[in-house]
Amino acid sequence: MGEKKIVRRIRVNLDKCNGCRACEMACSAFHAKPKYSSINPARSRIRVVTDEINDEYVPIRATDYSKAACDGRRVYTVNGKEYSECSFCGTVCPARNLFKEPDSGLPLKCDMCEDDPPQKEPLCVQACSLDALTYEEVEEVVEEQVKADELEIGLKSLVDKYGVKKIAESFARISQKSL
Amino acid sequence: MRYAETGYTLEVDLSRGNIERVETDPKLTELFLGGQGIAAKILFDRVPPDVEPFSPDNLLIFSAGLLHGTPIPGANRTAVNTISPQTNLLAHSLMGGFFGPELKYAGYDRIVISGKAPDLVYLWINNDKVEIRDASHLRGKGVHETTKLIRKELNEPSAQVAAIGLAGENRVYTASIEHGFASAARGPGPVMGDKRLKAIAVRGTKDLNIARPAELFNLCIQLRKKMAESMDVGDWMAVDEDDSFHHNNFAWGNARTRIKDYWSEELQERWTNWKYDNMLRQKGCYNCSKKCINVISYKGRKFGYKCYGKDTYHMAAFKELDFTYEILPFTMEYGLDSYSTPQVIAFGIELYEAGILTDKDMPDFPTDSGERVFYLMEKIVRREGIGDILANGVYHAARQIGNGAEAYDHNTVKKFEQLPIKLGKLNPPYFLMIATGEKMAITQIEGSFPQDPLPTIEEREAFVNKWKEVVPDDKFLKWFMEWEKRNDISNEASCAITDWNEAMHFLDDSLGLCGFLSSFRGQFGGGVVYHVNNMPEIISLATGMEIDKEGLWKTFQRIRNMVRAVNIKRGMRRADEKPPEDHWAVRDHEFEQQLLDEYYDFKGWTKDGIPTKETLDSLDLGFVSEEFLQRGILTGNEGTPSKEAPTEKEQEQKSGGC
Ligand code: SF4
Ligand code: SF4
Repeated sequence: MGEKKIVRRIRVNLDKCNGCRACEMACSAFHAKPKYSSINPARSRIRVVTDEINDEYVPIRATDYSKAACDGRRVYTVNGKEYSECSFCGTVCPARNLFKEPDSGLPLKCDMCEDDPPQKEPLCVQACSLDALTYEEVEEVVEEQVKADELEIGLKSLVDKYGVKKIAESFARISQKSL
Repeated sequence: MRYAETGYTLEVDLSRGNIERVETDPKLTELFLGGQGIAAKILFDRVPPDVEPFSPDNLLIFSAGLLHGTPIPGANRTAVNTISPQTNLLAHSLMGGFFGPELKYAGYDRIVISGKAPDLVYLWINNDKVEIRDASHLRGKGVHETTKLIRKELNEPSAQVAAIGLAGENRVYTASIEHGFASAARGPGPVMGDKRLKAIAVRGTKDLNIARPAELFNLCIQLRKKMAESMDVGDWMAVDEDDSFHHNNFAWGNARTRIKDYWSEELQERWTNWKYDNMLRQKGCYNCSKKCINVISYKGRKFGYKCYGKDTYHMAAFKELDFTYEILPFTMEYGLDSYSTPQVIAFGIELYEAGILTDKDMPDFPTDSGERVFYLMEKIVRREGIGDILANGVYHAARQIGNGAEAYDHNTVKKFEQLPIKLGKLNPPYFLMIATGEKMAITQIEGSFPQDPLPTIEEREAFVNKWKEVVPDDKFLKWFMEWEKRNDISNEASCAITDWNEAMHFLDDSLGLCGFLSSFRGQFGGGVVYHVNNMPEIISLATGMEIDKEGLWKTFQRIRNMVRAVNIKRGMRRADEKPPEDHWAVRDHEFEQQLLDEYYDFKGWTKDGIPTKETLDSLDLGFVSEEFLQRGILTGNEGTPSKEAPTEKEQEQKSGGC
């Protein structure tokens, strides 16, 4: 049985997007440590998939992590323009260089800009002056389901890369050092 | 740690294939900010005056602005500077889009390109990894096709690419460098072609640090809000379909014919339909909520345009908007500047009509004016036949053709094609701006003080209400409130207005801000987002550098004189500082020369337009005055016009002035 919950959602209207990437800028600033201390769109958890010549601008957010790439072969035509299915997909996968920390390669994930006190809207929505991104909170019945957070996703990707044993050993070593 | 800037210059020597990442002196930023300011200093230091523009020793510099990559909205204008083959002076060139910020994220504030590649190459900058790659397979390819192919072969869809087309490869003087739907004109295109550099691709994934993060971010939220809500910034031509202003007032053809009642409602409706029936989107540049670029798909060809760029081709051809839609996809792929190219073409057509050029020069020249424009465009980009001469721009072509052609070169200043504007009475600040400007196009010089007085006191008050926040000094409000007739304004005001207008551009072009939010836009509407009153705080928060309004103004003067120094060293003098003879119908030579004297006085320049030793030294440009003394450009004893042993007559004429 599901239970009633507030679902936080970002709606995307491609027709309103001017391709400015202010959303990327703001996201990377918010997630910098300390907050706003550096800008780097490559660290953003929202990216605008852009092909100017095809007039393609699709803001997508990092969602799940997958160790394997899908075949990504589907092509959609919308209003006479062709989009690869990857343009709409927020999964962090080996097939492309999106939503990976530039230094470590670890996967990124949109956390809706969790903050204390909470932000009125996620930062990308705040930065988008054109309402291509809008924020809403709706009450919905949802299936109980544990969503992996960024730390867990990151660990999982390390496990995929090095194997559980190696990670466990390293973890033990690091914990000892920092005791 | 360096803030807002990366602290590195990428030096690329194409002759030797040498690539170096060089740390820069923070002092340079304090003195010249970044962008064009630092580029001018580098060109002064490293390109001696006897170096020809098409010499391997000429430098081609792509600069990010000081504020690129920070959260400051609309900081995205990349400056491209070199010595222009057309003017033999500093080329002033800017492009919007995404290139400068990406360069910052790759870890560089600028790219300085020297030498000449043995064959066509492109540069691939991927953070610390930089390679010069073969581009022979891209020869002759259009700029968008080139961009596509490069992204594909690098497997890097996020790479930002700036490229030249066939025009640049063939060193056509009016060639541009194209980046997305933005383009850098007025000189660097042919130099890039001469260096056999087809393109630069850049991808950056590094952090750019901010000095006072939370404060700057907060300020940016406010700026962004103001930008989004205001009609006083961005390009109003993207949304206002009434373009009677350009069509009724600007000159058609070879900058000659005015059609005062051209515009009509019927025409506006037809053109509006052409646009919206074929428009895919209105696009912005990096981190800017404005939508200045119209992206059009016409007859299956995609292209983008901004501002007056939508008018130039059909006005050169005496055609309608659909003609521009026909030709822009081609000129864009070829990489041609849409301001100067149509003028060269219209000049060629006029020479044909005058019998100076004949069927021998132009075999099978069509009769339709539109087909003629296509014909000459194709000849020019290939430098074929007469195209080889027209490709050198109006000034040089006129002299090469001779036989009376010189008289048809009536709209150039400092050898560069000007906007086709022909007016009645003199506008004194415009006289000064066109005469003394070194950015070669009035749109790059004017912009903060309105072009004309407003008719009623109420209208003036409404304007001033928004404008008062952005003026550097209240005297501008007074001058504007009291201004009744265009030609009737004090010399004191004309000098100060010219100076302020220029200040905004020089600051924008060093900080990397877009003129549509700042330097170009105050004249229309008054409420710009960036101005000398808030720039100091913005710079301080981003860079950590302490700077106040006075300091910023001095920095502008320093950069202004640095640019002038580059050109003075290359021989530019007072004799070059004159607007086209027919720019205004009514001229008064004596008054104009007196005004020019007063302006030189005001700027601390000699009677010949050279910054005096005193001026240079007071702006920390001692290295310039020293070199000027060594070269005999200055003796060190010069004063400004009013202070250098004036004749009696001049003494009499000297007003309190500026
Ligand atoms: S900020 Fe808005 S308009 Fe700009 S790219 Fe992101 S979604 Fe598009
Ligand atoms: S105001 Fe227009 S041209 Fe300027 S940065 Fe913004 S979108 Fe680009």
